[in-house]
Amino acid sequence: MSHDFLQMHLKAVISCLLIFLYKVHTTKAGQFFSSGHTNNWAVLVCTSRFWFNYRHVANTLSVYRSVKRLGIPDSHIVLMLADDMACNYRNPKPATVFSHKNMELNVYGDDVEVDYRGYEVTVENFLRVLTGRLPPSTPRSKRLLSDDRSNILIYLTGHGGNGFLKFQDSEEISNMELADAFEQMWQKRRYNELLFIIDTCQGASMYERFYSPNLMALASSQVGEDSLSHQPDLAIGVHLMDKYTFYLLEFLEEVHPASQANMNDLFKVCPQSQCVSTPGHRTDLFQRDPGSVLITDFFGSVRKVEITKDTINLTSPVEPPIQRSGSGDIQIESLTYVDQLPVAEIIHQKPKQKDWHPPDGFILGLWTLILLVFFQTYGIKHLKHIF
Amino acid sequence: SISQSSLFLNKKQHSSSKDQFQEELVIRPLHSGDIYASFQFRTLWDTDFLQEGQKKVSHYRLFPKSLGQVLSKFSVQELHISFTQGFWRTMQWGQPFIPSPPGAELWVWFHDTVSDVDGNWKELTNVLSGIFCASLNFIDMTNTVQPSASFKPLGLGNATDHRFLRYATLPREIVCTENLTPWKKLLPCGSKAGLAVLMKSEKLFHSSFHSQAVHIRPICQDEQCTSKAWELRQTLNVVFDHYTSGQGKKEWSLFKMFSRTLTEACPLASSSKVYVDITDNPELSPATPLLSQAVVLGDRRTYSVYDLTRAETFGQLRSFNLLLRWKGDNMLRPLLHAERYVAGFGLQTGEIHTVIYNNHPYRAFPVLLMDSVPWYLQLYIHTLTVTSKSRDNKPSYIHYQPAKDRHRPHLLEMLIQLPPHSMTEVTVQFERALLKWTEYTPDPNHGFYVGSSVVSALVPSMVAMSTNFTQDQPLFSSFVPVKEESSYFVRVYTEPLLVNLPTPDFSMPYNVICLTCTVVAVGYGSFYNLLTRTFQVDEPSPPLAKRLANFIRRIRGVPLLA
Repeated sequence: MSHDFLQMHLKAVISCLLIFLYKVHTTKAGQFFSSGHTNNWAVLVCTSRFWFNYRHVANTLSVYRSVKRLGIPDSHIVLMLADDMACNYRNPKPATVFSHKNMELNVYGDDVEVDYRGYEVTVENFLRVLTGRLPPSTPRSKRLLSDDRSNILIYLTGHGGNGFLKFQDSEEISNMELADAFEQMWQKRRYNELLFIIDTCQGASMYERFYSPNLMALASSQVGEDSLSHQPDLAIGVHLMDKYTFYLLEFLEEVHPASQANMNDLFKVCPQSQCVSTPGHRTDLFQRDPGSVLITDFFGSVRKVEITKDTINLTSPVEPPIQRSGSGDIQIESLTYVDQLPVAEIIHQKPKQKDWHPPDGFILGLWTLILLVFFQTYGIKHLKHIF
Repeated sequence: SISQSSLFLNKKQHSSSKDQFQEELVIRPLHSGDIYASFQFRTLWDTDFLQEGQKKVSHYRLFPKSLGQVLSKFSVQELHISFTQGFWRTMQWGQPFIPSPPGAELWVWFHDTVSDVDGNWKELTNVLSGIFCASLNFIDMTNTVQPSASFKPLGLGNATDHRFLRYATLPREIVCTENLTPWKKLLPCGSKAGLAVLMKSEKLFHSSFHSQAVHIRPICQDEQCTSKAWELRQTLNVVFDHYTSGQGKKEWSLFKMFSRTLTEACPLASSSKVYVDITDNPELSPATPLLSQAVVLGDRRTYSVYDLTRAETFGQLRSFNLLLRWKGDNMLRPLLHAERYVAGFGLQTGEIHTVIYNNHPYRAFPVLLMDSVPWYLQLYIHTLTVTSKSRDNKPSYIHYQPAKDRHRPHLLEMLIQLPPHSMTEVTVQFERALLKWTEYTPDPNHGFYVGSSVVSALVPSMVAMSTNFTQDQPLFSSFVPVKEESSYFVRVYTEPLLVNLPTPDFSMPYNVICLTCTVVAVGYGSFYNLLTRTFQVDEPSPPLAKRLANFIRRIRGVPLLA
């Protein structure tokens, strides 16, 4: 009996130990994945064309600059600019886009990669990027290759109204289309959490229709209000930024990759006293409490690092192929360059072989008529002379 | 010491990996006060991209991997792509080392083993649009042509079946920092060391002319030319304006042009040189004993050479800045020059005039003119006239491929003999087509662009050109292979045209819908009501007192009130 008691005791101890180890293991692994995402993507879109919409390009580029500074690489950013302001002929300082007057801050910089530019920024391309339904020959830099563990930041700016956003002054995207696109993304598991920021007039109408989970949205103005632009620069001659994005940029300039600022701070950006319009936000579809969501979960690409003390053996480097197959053969004939303008050859060039087409109806009809007339006049007995 | 050791390491590897990198910068003062700077970066690699299977190239060192994979996947024999902002003014600036048209231009020779050239071309343009951040995916069958005599391969090759050549140009393409960034990343040293540190976009795009290009072709490895190597040339040509950047003085320095000075050569380069054109005797400091003469574009010119791989070039301050001062002299008129413009009025018809000038005093030479016109300008080829010195000049070769609406553009190639010291005018009338309303761009009132015409010619040279191929030749004189001594090959691009097409009122569909719905609602609706409405007499309900009185009367059995 003492033996059984000992066995039971041993079993209890072992099971307790196992449970304890399992808990430790899960908490350690749990800590590793506590925020739920492993990679970050950003889709930044400016939808306006023409020089007087300089401020929309500056808005998008300032968000691009912050996102790059906080760690998201170019390969994970899809930047769409509907018009070129930096190298526009009206720009007195080419290759620059300023956000502050007196040319204090050049948000264009020296290292920028625009994926969709000019006429390529259309509603169709935007929705295709979001849902991933692109033609097979699209290069990687133009695709949103997110998975179910990606946090995506989507930023839209341009001219908008109640329920729509204007693309390039010729087409619109409605809030229903946008909500359906996000639902498609959810069903295909293309995002873990999504932050949607929009800076247009009546921007709040664009997120009213969302119905997919894990979406958080911010807008620069409520329905019925206009978003206003910030300040013009007299040398450039246009308004440089919109108020909401200007204060958003100022807020983000203080965020660094290890910052603990959370979404509640972001909701407080640009109150009505500064922005004139009332910024709005929507968090009912979001699972986590906004106070526990870090800014860098969406704007940065912070990765947790695991340090190991084990040694790892690197494999020996790949030997480059030493000889080509052709070097063994003796190629005596020397290769030559082609004559750039061989006049004699060009003049006597044979015409290209045209594809053979069956004779036209007119030609057939004409020949039939000729044959008929022939046989009419000379009779059928001459047929054997022909064939 | 770190760079020295890496240099040693690279030298050791150089003998086994068979690739080398050279960089050079040529500075040429122009007589109008502007200054022309031409960067060339060349990577030479002895390998074969078109191998399959085991021998497939997978280890890249100096040659960029993105381009190498493109070459092997699409079986490309030659690739030439250029992005240009501005137009090269031949009359004021002379001939460029490497010409390019405004916008983007891409021409590719595929290997003769390719079976579906069009499919490869379509995929190639998409891949290149991702590499260079440009909208090259707009290149499709409506703006691609297959020239039949122009654009012969600039590299080695014997097959000149023009079925494997494709040419397309996008005159509307904008060039900005986003195209320069990936271009700089293809260089072995990036923009961190060597001549590429001078490439700052704020200065490069504040210029009259900026052109960056990538040229890939197979060339001879040595003088006997028994084996071939792949050559990748990245060129950047820029002309800085006398008035906007030079403040009106014919005095330039590297710092004034680029807002940077050179501090070291690229450690991976086997040669890194700066050439300054001193044929017109400008004042140059710092002075250098190294001089070099080269015959380029039919002219013998003298250059001062600065070798950046030598430490003494950088002097005490470890930085190299050039100072150049000259007086404007008369410039030799360029021998070949072309212009193009649209004549006519209204939005229905017009006329394209191409004018080619031959400024040689006594020699006549043939030129090949290639025109690619989009399908919405319907050319009437029966109105084509070629006149020189007010007499008809019949071309010895004409190739015309008419356009198919929405499928392919017009292609017109002519070989014209230009009489000496003359002006030749080529005119053709056209009619503008109506596009469908979805085919207009979002800003249709800007107009539609027609790509530049290309004039290719073998211009007689004043000075004998050397046909020998040497390894030490400077890069700027070895771009076009020289076959004969008495003439040099030159390509001149005309201006692109901007044509207005009749633009509809895009609010009309909305207006039509509103008007039609209103007319239907008011007209038909009232007519229907008139026909089908019936009228019934309806008595209003009596007030409460009357209802109560009627109720009591009913109980009593007495007749009710009205």
